[in-house]
Amino acid sequence: MHIIDRRLNPGGKSLENRQRFLRRAKSLVQGAVKKTSQERDIKDVLEGGEVTIPLDGMHEPRFRREGGTRDMVLPGNKKFIEGDYLQRSGQGSAKDSGPGEGDSEDAFRFVLSRDEFVDLFLDDLELPDLAKRKIAQTESEGIQRAGYTTSGSPSNISVSRTVRLALARRIALKRPRKDEIEELEAAIAACTDEDERLVLLAQLEKLKAKSKRIPFIDPLDIRYRRFQTVPKPVAQAVMFCLMDVSGSMSEHMKDLAKRFYMLLYVFLKRRYKHVEIVFIRHTDRAEEVDEQTFFYGPASGGTLVSSALQAMHEIVRERFSPADWNIYAAQASDGDNSYSDGELTGLLLTEKILPVCQFFAYLEVGEAGGSAFDLSDSSLWTLYERLRNSGAPLSMRKVSERSEIFPVFHDLFQRRDTTQEKAAP
Amino acid sequence: MTERLFEGADWDFHTLQRITDACEEVALKDLGLDVYPNQIEVITAEQMLDAYSSVGMPLFYKHWSFGKHFAYHEASYRKGLMGLAYEIVINSSPCISYLMEENTATMQTLVIAHAAFGHNHFFKNNYLFKQWTDADGILDYLDFAKKYVVQCEERYGRTEVERTLDAAHALMSHGIDRYPGKKKLDLREEEKRAGRRRQHEEEVFNDLWRTVPKGASKTRSAISLERRRKLLGLPQENLLYFLEKSAPRLAPWQRELLRIVRHIAQYFYPQSQTKVMNEGTATYVHYRIMTKLHQQGRISDGNFLEFLGSHTNVVFQPEFDDQRFSGFNPYALGFAMMQDIERIVTNPEDEDREWFPDIAGKNDVMGVLRDVWANYRDESFIAQFLSPKLMRHFRMFHLHDDPEERAGIRVDAIHDERGFRRVRRELARQHDVGYIDANIEVVDVDLSGDRRLILHHRVIKGSQLNETDAKRVLQHLADLWTYDVALIEVDANDKVLREYVVSPRPITAAA
Repeated sequence: MHIIDRRLNPGGKSLENRQRFLRRAKSLVQGAVKKTSQERDIKDVLEGGEVTIPLDGMHEPRFRREGGTRDMVLPGNKKFIEGDYLQRSGQGSAKDSGPGEGDSEDAFRFVLSRDEFVDLFLDDLELPDLAKRKIAQTESEGIQRAGYTTSGSPSNISVSRTVRLALARRIALKRPRKDEIEELEAAIAACTDEDERLVLLAQLEKLKAKSKRIPFIDPLDIRYRRFQTVPKPVAQAVMFCLMDVSGSMSEHMKDLAKRFYMLLYVFLKRRYKHVEIVFIRHTDRAEEVDEQTFFYGPASGGTLVSSALQAMHEIVRERFSPADWNIYAAQASDGDNSYSDGELTGLLLTEKILPVCQFFAYLEVGEAGGSAFDLSDSSLWTLYERLRNSGAPLSMRKVSERSEIFPVFHDLFQRRDTTQEKAAP
Repeated sequence: MTERLFEGADWDFHTLQRITDACEEVALKDLGLDVYPNQIEVITAEQMLDAYSSVGMPLFYKHWSFGKHFAYHEASYRKGLMGLAYEIVINSSPCISYLMEENTATMQTLVIAHAAFGHNHFFKNNYLFKQWTDADGILDYLDFAKKYVVQCEERYGRTEVERTLDAAHALMSHGIDRYPGKKKLDLREEEKRAGRRRQHEEEVFNDLWRTVPKGASKTRSAISLERRRKLLGLPQENLLYFLEKSAPRLAPWQRELLRIVRHIAQYFYPQSQTKVMNEGTATYVHYRIMTKLHQQGRISDGNFLEFLGSHTNVVFQPEFDDQRFSGFNPYALGFAMMQDIERIVTNPEDEDREWFPDIAGKNDVMGVLRDVWANYRDESFIAQFLSPKLMRHFRMFHLHDDPEERAGIRVDAIHDERGFRRVRRELARQHDVGYIDANIEVVDVDLSGDRRLILHHRVIKGSQLNETDAKRVLQHLADLWTYDVALIEVDANDKVLREYVVSPRPITAAA
């Protein structure tokens, strides 16, 4: 008779089977993931969670018989006698299938971990222009303070910490203080009685010996500052969210833009250890704002797209050296721009922005229900199109429905032949 | 009064040991059971789910379908649709019982009595298990299978292995020898043989043989139809066996994989034929042991009531018009029959003497039951021992559903004097695996022609194969056979009802 506690055995024995299943069901799960992500908020979606997979695609066929005449013995007869007939539909007709899994598993909810979810979500996406990512994968070392140590080089002695420890030791060991000795010496000098003087002298000797035994600073007290090297990731990316917030941008349009930015953020987060986001909103002038203001703050005024580009350019120059950072920009707009601003916008883009960007995406958002394609092209669209035709690495899409966000995003970032992108003259 | 085994719901390993000792005493002395050595393992809920998805086995080769089952079980468990079984027990020597850590002390006692003694005795003594399973060898064999599959994956690629296993799984239910003709499997020997086979193949491999010119082939007519069928062992209902031996283009490792799946299918075959008996035995045994422990004062009244609650849930049989009804509950039917036998043996009525002259009033309950447990399977057990009293108790009735019949479903027999024997025969038939599974055989191979494999499905009561599934299974079959496969559905008069022909998929395309 053996009784064994197996609870401590490593669990997850079926992990590999699970992975095999996922690999096999990949296209199904991917479809489910996309569907789920359209229904839910992106933020929630990326927490992982349940997806419903049709099991049909994962069917394991067996020879099964069906139809024909059936005989069954059932319990619970209350009123039938031999020769009675039961109606086929309704309560009288009995099920004959067992409780097994059989046909009942048409679909089931499959719980994906966060990583599994995001992986599948972004699986066939790829950032365009891989040039800098190669560098980005190496890491350099940085130095960081890491507490104190008992050994080290003299230049790293921490005086305050050493003194503090010394003081503590002196108090603990009751080292006589300087004024204590002085007081005693004064007492001896003032003393007239010979016997008493001898006692005091002995006391003084004892104190002096003690203070010699217990040094003011002991080697034990000395502390050095400790440093440790930490890998400093170079793999960093900054994402510029440029949005037109002039009165013509409705909540719906902002929502579309937000979803797009969210996707971009998650996507970058996956590729880089550090992703910075810069929110720039603009009307006829641009400002850098926080997320809340970006999406929810009211603003109105004319529209000058160049102001946002100018702001972005300045921020890049100040904070994000293109040598160290992978720079991405996504611009969302309803496409209206002052007529007079077109030339400046084009100039800024081609001269300043595009040369430092890995990728510049332009998303033209439209009102719900409106087809993005039946209107004449907006001024911004026309401008960008012209730029793109002349070879600028711009990607542009129009979106008017929530459900289109993912496909568009997918479209923009689909893994492609990188040379193609660059091949444009 | 004897000392209590435990108080309240808590238990520790010391308690488990005492519980097991107490159960063992009753099981061996009072009931005269004969069991394999026991091994009891305490596991968590997650581990229980793990065990579920690999058909309860502690070690199993890796395959995506187990992942699918795990996900499926896990999802329904999380949603609260499904409770976990209290235990899983493995037909091996030592007999391994898994207990869930969440169980209360009473439940652990119940489970130990149920699995470690009830099921264990049944596994060791029932003729089907004796005939078909090798309790000593199964764990080693599974270990071998697992390693072998890994080796194959390394050598031949995961996709290839997966394809072969998928195909084998699809044919698994037709990878069984239904009638013992050969000696019982010795899985240890089997494993050694597999090793020797591989080694031999490697040693004698010489590529030069490929270049030796072949002699003149025999004339076609030399091999007559009868002789050919005999050589191929036709007709053959064990499709996996047939493919393993006769499929022309399988690699040796593929044959070995088919063999592994076939052995595992065979190992589980007795379990599918003895659900009612197996659960009935275990339930009867746990009921006897628990009652005895309570009588001895080793289980408090409160704990005994808790036990009765669980026990009643387990043997609950909803009636056919109940929402919860999903067929006969093997626990309920099995337990009721075991108790009924006890009644017939000790306290028979005239009716019982008439129906069961051999055992009525024989007074040796355990002797009779042990004999029953050893020598029957569900079908024969019900056919032999379902008493009129029990049919009345369950208010059983027999329905005959003929789609041609306009008036509806006919009540063919009920629990009355005229109906007893018919109801009993019909219920027994429902538990006959040989009758439930489709009857499919390889009948011929056109060796001189296009090497088409011909199978027959003998249709019973007009019940044909599900078309979608049949095509998919046949596709797997054709892929293994590498030539066309034809399945012909014929009725009792050899009239052809439907014919499927499936061609193998080109290997390169699928790889």
